[in-house]
Parts: sequence; structure tokens; C-alpha cells
Amino acid sequence: MIKIGEIGYSKKVMDHFMSPRNVGVIDNPDGYGKVGNPVCGDLMEIFIKVKDDIITDIKFKTFGCGSAIATSSMVTELAKGKHVDEAMKITRNDVADELDGLPPQKMHCSNLAADALQEAIKDYKNKMKK
Amino acid sequence: MERIYLDHASSMPVDRRVLEFAYPYLLDKFSNPSSLYSTGLEAKRSLEEARKKVADLVNAENEKTIIFTSGATESNNIAIRGTALRNIGKGKEVLASAIEHISVINPMKELQKNGFKFNLVPVNSEGILDLNELQELTTKNTIVTSIMYANNEIGTIEPIKEISKIVHENQGFFHVDATAAVGKIAIDVKKDNIDLLTLSSNDLYGPKGAGVLYIKPRVKIQSVMPGGGQERGLRSGTENIFAIAGMGEAARIAQNEMRKENDRLTKIRDKLISEITKIDESYLTGHPTKRLPHHASFRFSHIEGESILLNMDMYNIQIATGSACSHKTLEPSHVLLAIGLKREEAHGSMVLTLGRSNNLKQVPVIVKAVKDTVNRLRELSPLIKKR
Repeated sequence: MIKIGEIGYSKKVMDHFMSPRNVGVIDNPDGYGKVGNPVCGDLMEIFIKVKDDIITDIKFKTFGCGSAIATSSMVTELAKGKHVDEAMKITRNDVADELDGLPPQKMHCSNLAADALQEAIKDYKNKMKK
Repeated sequence: MERIYLDHASSMPVDRRVLEFAYPYLLDKFSNPSSLYSTGLEAKRSLEEARKKVADLVNAENEKTIIFTSGATESNNIAIRGTALRNIGKGKEVLASAIEHISVINPMKELQKNGFKFNLVPVNSEGILDLNELQELTTKNTIVTSIMYANNEIGTIEPIKEISKIVHENQGFFHVDATAAVGKIAIDVKKDNIDLLTLSSNDLYGPKGAGVLYIKPRVKIQSVMPGGGQERGLRSGTENIFAIAGMGEAARIAQNEMRKENDRLTKIRDKLISEITKIDESYLTGHPTKRLPHHASFRFSHIEGESILLNMDMYNIQIATGSACSHKTLEPSHVLLAIGLKREEAHGSMVLTLGRSNNLKQVPVIVKAVKDTVNRLRELSPLIKKR
């Protein structure tokens, strides 16, 4: 049997695309990450609120295709409640696996959500140093 | 939810009358048209009848001008490569518009690799070919110029007669890809003085797997598919008699019903355009009036086309987009870039192509789905700042 996730979007991707979790912005976030570029067709922003190194709140805004939106939503779910060092370890592949796979051509271009999260955590750590 | 299919440019259902006419060619009338026994001759006659019906649809000089192929891609390949190779002694330059289908551009790129000079003629922001640039780029060495009758992504109809004049003043051959236009607007190869014309069966509600290349009498092209010599030696291989008979019948029906159907579709199209362009930062792409009667295309700022497509599908409405994500190359549509859109603008496109299953009553349903889709995706978009 051909898995739908190998040729198109899985049910889980469509669920996260249609009902994305944690959409929005956080005013005065503890960390902010932005990756992508509207010229390329994908742009993601992630905002985190951190208390005692635990991500207590996370929000995103994404311009992009179905997988860009679904991976953003998924990464916020995976990161919420985690220690920043744990959340830092979330990879693109983890996000894709949790979504029951992404079509091959989407693995690179529209799977930037983990990168955006890492940017947000780095931003938080930089702020802490100051 | 009622299914509302708005992607007729990409695929069309077969007309039930066409299917009923053609299915016996899969069952009892399956003989090879090259066979000399009675059932073979019967198949041969059906092939010639189909040729006559297609010739009539485009007002061709006679049915011998019609070569059956497997579809528009093959017709474009045979036309461009066949003409270039036959006339290589006359010159080694080829021209196409910047908004041609990839099945025209890629054969020309291949010629370029083999030493031909290949230039793209620009279009204006509404998709109309720049005739001055065409004049500039056309030389005595230009042997094939390929310009589409109308564009599949933005619906713009090209000034074919004027283009034909410029091409012929320079003794070149004029190929027209009429895939998007066939059955939608009247095509007259004699009036427009077209040397080679591509048509596809499916765009006429005929079966996939058949297409046509019209070749004007006395225009000679080289075979690029050697074999058993079917179709005047230009397209060898046993004829797909089911699809060809179906295409002939579809052409006959289109000729009878096109005018009335297109008046009907134009009303739906114009209502869609006036309603959808009321949405904030939404724009029509292509020409407002010189456009195909079944074609309404748009772009929306701050959102991306594949998301629009997926979201519309949740309303059981099927649309198309020129977004990068919808293409294998992951590049935004070359057509949208050619009309001067920025890449970030080209990502947010939506193409609606109407057909017989559509009606005016669907318009409010479609418009509401588009509005809800655009609003929802803009809520998610970091490019739009909330007031």
C-alpha cells in the first residue's frame, strides 16, 4: 500500500493545517525566531515565553504552503512545556515524523519550523547573557 | 457539500455523448486502421471522420492538414522540433513568448543546446505579447515562432493575427498552441494565417490520450518519431482510435455548442471577478476583457497559493495555483513572473477555470469560500500586521 504521506499530505498534516495550534504573537517575548523569506514562499515567526528555562508559552505566525503551516503548528506543540535545552534538540525530522511524514519535496523547503524554534531559543539565551 | 470543480484547465471530464460515441472503439470496433480487411477499413473511416470534424472546428483547408498525436505536449514537440530540423538550412533561430507552456519552452531549450539561438518575447503586465519586441527579435534566420492562442494561467488571448503578420513578413513559420483556447473561442487557421496549430482532446471534453497538430498545406516538417509511417509519417504508431474518435465527436459538439456555452460561462466569470476583487488586496491577473470566457485568475497579497488550494478543497472546491509549492521545480509560475509580479506576489495566486458543471448559483458559495480562506490564511500570516 502506498502511504498517503509519501505522495500528498497525511491526515495529521491536514489536521494541523486546518486547525493549527498556538497561532498568534506574544508581546514582549523572551525569545523570538524568524526563518524563511516571502520571496521563497515560506516565512515563519516563533515567539516563546520562558520561565526557569521551561517554555511556558509559544506562538507562531506563518506565511507558506500547507506543510509550512502544519510543521509550525506541530513544533509549537512539541516544544511547549519543555526545557529549552530539550526543545533545542527537536529536529526537522522529528517534526516530519510526528506529522506521519511529509512528501519528499517538502522535507527541505517547507520544514523550517524546527529552525525557527532554535532561533527563538538562541534569542532567549542571548538575552539571558546580558 | 456540493463538489464545485473549478480546474477545467488541468483536466476535464469526458462528455457522456462523446463516451457513448467512442466506447465501441474499445470493444467491437477495435481493429487497426492500417488493416485492409473490412473492420480495419471501418476503423480507418472513423479516423478520417474524426479528422474532418476537427478540421471543421478550426476552419482548416482540408482534413489532410490534421495529424493526430497523443496530446498537446507531443503536438508541440513535433511542431517545433520537426519545423526546426526541416528548415535548418534557412536559419537557426527560434522564438517563443515568455508565457508559453513548458512543452513549448523545453523543446526550444533543447534546440538551443544543439546550437540554435532561442529568445523569449516579453509580454506586458496583462499578458499581451509585446509586438515591437517581437518585431525586434524576429530576423530572416527565425524559422519557428511559437505563441499561444490564449494563456492557461492568466486567460489572456493574444493578438494572433498581428503576430502572424510579423512572423510571415520575415518568412518564418508560425506555430500556435491553442490548447487553452480550443472549444472556448472560435479559431480560424485560415483567417489568422497559422502554419501549425496544437489542440488537445481533453480540453474539448474528449478523452485524454489524443491531440492534434494542424499543418497548413505546403508547410513541410521533418518526422521526429520514425516508425510505421502513420499520420503522414509524422506520428508513427498505431492510432489511439478510441481517443481520436472521441476527440472528433467532442470537436463536433464544441462547434455546435461553444457560442451559447461561452455566453453562459462569461456571465459566471464576470460575476466571480467582480465579487472576488472586492476582497482587500486581491487583484485580477491577466487581461480584464481579452480573456478566455471560462477563466478567472487572481492573486492575494500576504498568503500562499498551495494553502489556498488546500483550504478551498475543505469546502469541496477544486482550484489551481501558480505557487512554487504546486510545481515540481519549486519555482513560482514563469507566467506570473513574466507579467511582472514579484516572486512573493506570484506565490499567492489562484486560478479558476469554469466548465459545464458550473452555474451562477455556485457563485456566492465560491465567493464565501474564497473570502473565508483568504481571511483565515491572513490571520496566520506574519506579513500582515493586525490593525
